[in-house]
Amino acid sequence: MKIHEYQAKEILRQYGVATPQGIACFSVDEAVNAAKQLGGEVWAVKAQIYAGGRGKGGGVKVARSLSEVRQRAGEILGMRLVTHQTGPEGQVVHRLFIEQGVKIDKEFYAGMVVDRRQQRVCLMASSEGGMEIEKVAAETPEKIHKVFIDPVAGLSQQQAEDIAQKIGIPAHSLPQAVSLLQGLYRAFDETDASLLEINPLALTAEEQVIALDAKMNFDDNALFRHPEVVALRDLDEEDPVEIEASKHELSYIPLDGDIGCLVNGAGLAMATMDIIKLYGGNPANFLDVGGGATAEKVTEAFKLMLRNPKLQAILVNIFGGIMKCDVIAQGVVAAAREVQLNVPLVVRLEGTNVDLGKQILADSGLPIISATDMADAAQKAVNAAKSKPSSCGCQS
Amino acid sequence: MSILINRNSRVMTQGITGKTGQFHTRMCRDYANGKECFVAGVNPRKPGEDFEGIPVYASVKEAKQQTGANVSVIYVPPPFAAAAIDEAVEAELDLVICITEGIPVRDMIRTRDKMKGKKTRLIGPNCPGIITPDELKIGIMPGYIHKKGRIGVVSRSGTLTYEAVAQLMALGLGQSTCIGIGGDPVNGLKHLDVLQLFNDDDETDAVLMVGEIGGSDEEDCARWVKDNMRKPVTGFIAGVTAPPGKRMGHAGAIISGGKGTAQEKLDVMESCGIKVTRNPAEMGKLLKSVL
Repeated sequence: MKIHEYQAKEILRQYGVATPQGIACFSVDEAVNAAKQLGGEVWAVKAQIYAGGRGKGGGVKVARSLSEVRQRAGEILGMRLVTHQTGPEGQVVHRLFIEQGVKIDKEFYAGMVVDRRQQRVCLMASSEGGMEIEKVAAETPEKIHKVFIDPVAGLSQQQAEDIAQKIGIPAHSLPQAVSLLQGLYRAFDETDASLLEINPLALTAEEQVIALDAKMNFDDNALFRHPEVVALRDLDEEDPVEIEASKHELSYIPLDGDIGCLVNGAGLAMATMDIIKLYGGNPANFLDVGGGATAEKVTEAFKLMLRNPKLQAILVNIFGGIMKCDVIAQGVVAAAREVQLNVPLVVRLEGTNVDLGKQILADSGLPIISATDMADAAQKAVNAAKSKPSSCGCQS
Repeated sequence: MSILINRNSRVMTQGITGKTGQFHTRMCRDYANGKECFVAGVNPRKPGEDFEGIPVYASVKEAKQQTGANVSVIYVPPPFAAAAIDEAVEAELDLVICITEGIPVRDMIRTRDKMKGKKTRLIGPNCPGIITPDELKIGIMPGYIHKKGRIGVVSRSGTLTYEAVAQLMALGLGQSTCIGIGGDPVNGLKHLDVLQLFNDDDETDAVLMVGEIGGSDEEDCARWVKDNMRKPVTGFIAGVTAPPGKRMGHAGAIISGGKGTAQEKLDVMESCGIKVTRNPAEMGKLLKSVL
């Protein structure tokens, strides 16, 4: 799960991490009032969307008067912000964050992720603040410093000081940097975060070390013990189809293509997308119905796929293990009847009770294209999508 | 010989009184030598009870003492599953297989830290388990699709492993042992660990390695194979078409920061002498071609 910058900063302040003063806003008037309340002469007007790269996309502006705050807020609020992380369709800005301007001396980078190889949380820091860290990693990897954090001891004073020194925090600001980094780790650990990024971490003209930006993601598997994090969820930022899917415990990710895929198991679902591409088609989605799919779940899965106006064909690929093929076949038939299927449907069943499952499909009277294996299924789906029939006559 | 488990293994189920634990313990008991192998269950609140004749003990330690069980399989719900692994490690079992999906990464980091220097091996979590065909099945895979043979299979996913096994079977190739190591970012045995075991196993002639996007385990494994493996290895990586930044079902299946792409993995594997296919329908055929 992701949250906004202003929410992440609120969490971090609870762990003693210094940030500029700021107020979240939902309208232009609120933004102007926020600037008044904050006082000073310079403000940052920042679009609040989950995606990174907001500055480059025009979502972060400096304002030097209240009228400029009004103007910038008006421009940014409601804009469709396109960044390298949003995709070409962009993301509409519904929230703003007005922050007091800060005079910056130098910018750094600090980030935390779980390192899979070390099986520990890794603190990464760099002297190259404000840049994309992937770019720094690719071009000047020697400028990224890493420490792996002992889960029992936490981030030690020594580790924090070493890394702060390495990235060039001046000596008299070191104690402050150490306490900030330790605060970051405690926040990461105690909230079950999966990613924390401070880019830039700034040294102000007053020699304060502060988090100028903040990004936090959380481990979905741990949300059950963090209702305070779940409460921050902003549904405007999520794809409505993905929200609907999660309600039915389906794992669904929309893609650009026109062949819908319904598969059990994440690995097989990815492989199904891959083989569609290999045979010259394009998958419309990733969809894993999981191990315990019921007829209702399969019906919901069909409904999700059919929301896509580009859809030209559906490929169902099921390897029944615990999940029996006859149960899936019943679900497919029920779904095809209920949703008035208007695109060709290719079904490949394998595994437990496969013959029974195939019989159910054959007896249904529905124009289901049966496939013998994965390759056959993919080829048939690709051909069906290419022939673009106006209707396959699947009405019940 | 097979690897990790065989007919002499003695298995306890942690979480035997739950619906999932009961269902799969029954399926495993009914497979090959399961009746002799599944000897105990654990539930701290129900000691003295039994599940269809399998005695339930209060702790892993007690179950081990009373029955000589050296392997455990875990179906405990996610909030308690890491603690269940800890208990099995503490009791010094040889092998723990954690089927549970959805364990917080933070819990697994701590559990893996506690496992340092201990003898216990961990498969999973979030995995289908392990099977030595016609001997013993510990996990949720359908037993009947397998047959004893000389091909080792290791994979991060469930149904894609079944698919691979089915393709091998269609070509008449049985398996020595099949292992699903799971789809979580912080887990026990990696591809590399399993390949080392297959390398030393007299009954394995070749290995089919199935990976997916995310992390760099497949690359680490490939580099080891290049210098050490004495048997042919073939591979497939799922997720060539997966978009970056999206978690593809498994918690660990995500391309982040441009790392962990299928293409990168395939390239490294090929450069290390592992024959790979980009067609998931040809995993079996490719393996047969190297025998």
